[in-house]
Amino acid sequence: MPIFFERRQLVTPGDLIAEGEYIAGENTYMEKNKIYASRVGIVEYETKKIDVVALKAFYVPRMGDIVIGTITEVGFNGWMVDINSPYPALLRASDVLSRPFKPQKDDLPQVLDVGDLVVAKIVSYDRTHDPQLTVAEPGLGKITRGQIVKVTPTKIPRIIGRKGSMISMIKQETGCNIILGVNGVVLITGKTLEDEQLAMRAILRIEEESHTSGLTDRITQMIKEEKSGREENKK
Amino acid sequence: MNEKPEKLIDKKGLRLDGRKPNELRPIKFEVGAITSADGSAYVEQGKNKILAGVYGPREVHPRHLALQDRTVLKCRYHMAPFSVQERKSPAPSRREVELSKVIRESLEPAIFMEYYPRTMIDVFVEVLQADGGTRCASINAAALALADSGIPMRDLVVACAAGKVDDTIVLDLMDTEDKVGSADVPVALMPNLNAVTLLQMDGILSLEEFETAVNLALEGCKQIYAVQKEALKTKYVTTKEENKEEAEE
Repeated sequence: MPIFFERRQLVTPGDLIAEGEYIAGENTYMEKNKIYASRVGIVEYETKKIDVVALKAFYVPRMGDIVIGTITEVGFNGWMVDINSPYPALLRASDVLSRPFKPQKDDLPQVLDVGDLVVAKIVSYDRTHDPQLTVAEPGLGKITRGQIVKVTPTKIPRIIGRKGSMISMIKQETGCNIILGVNGVVLITGKTLEDEQLAMRAILRIEEESHTSGLTDRITQMIKEEKSGREENKK
Repeated sequence: MNEKPEKLIDKKGLRLDGRKPNELRPIKFEVGAITSADGSAYVEQGKNKILAGVYGPREVHPRHLALQDRTVLKCRYHMAPFSVQERKSPAPSRREVELSKVIRESLEPAIFMEYYPRTMIDVFVEVLQADGGTRCASINAAALALADSGIPMRDLVVACAAGKVDDTIVLDLMDTEDKVGSADVPVALMPNLNAVTLLQMDGILSLEEFETAVNLALEGCKQIYAVQKEALKTKYVTTKEENKEEAEE
């Protein structure tokens, strides 16, 4: 049962990673007991299961995911939302109004208009139907202020860090509230624009350097340096 | 330049551009040439200059073309008006429509079409300069662009042609050899799965000649594959190293 690649090695689609009793994980596929890569990425494995961490991929909806989307269309009884995936998402009017929707009384563009951003949760999605969203939960709904950063969806786990170490550090150091959309859209809301921009820079740097180690420490250092630099400028 | 040369292979056994019969033209691959596309590649094979861009998977337009069980792959092969000596009309010609179909069919087996139903993948191939064997070079470029876009693939696709020129079987025909020579056999291959996705023949070959031509083309494919793979890795390795240097500073 040989494995032809070491951990953290770069593979391209079609590379034969392993042969024999292994389980094909993410971004891999199995044919005739052989496991091949299906995307450009880095090999990771623990005993049996072989994964490829993709360097570039698009977001595929999953039930229960929190996403950040843009309204693209106002329909008869709801909205179409661009969630950065191959499929457009549906947001129903009754869900946003949290009561039955009355076409004679309610004016949809006044509630949400084209271009508005929403934090939403995916309630249903399968191969045959487009994803449906809900905002009827605490923390979800229209975004009124803050900054938006877009990153490759595969980098979101890196921004969260091991057991949330990275994201909680950024939140603490910058004093911003950060919502990570699994679809690669990040919302940052802080007290001042400066704080928000600092958090933005930190997140963009994580995206660029996601494959290097010791990143949390470097980001902490970066934020601290910038903060002290700012204080000096004030003096 | 447009005159027909008397001999395509000289006394020393070398071809018009000084290549040996089993030698490829110099190749240059560059991944990520177009920033607005989801994936892209730029290819130079000899004097061929080809740009490929991939968009998707995205919503299908027009809607009724969507398939309920698989992705729709759309290919557009197009030659720029300035790509050949005499201006080529920018309207799609019969040949371009055919090549679009040929390229699409040679890429389809490599893509996991069933993963994203009701969507469409767009592949645009633009020939900036043509010098024979553009269908093969286009497939190479399109496969790289697809891999770059993050679309799950079974394998990369490489293509290469072989043919008969002055009674010799030669690899990777250039424009004059293609036009004056007696046969041309383009082959596309998925190298790791060892599966042929395109096999055409233009001209007349005996059975033995055909066999040597196909085998020669497959050898050529394997050589190109090594370059293709390297190009794909280079894009990410360079960004990696730049970051490392920054981190050290």
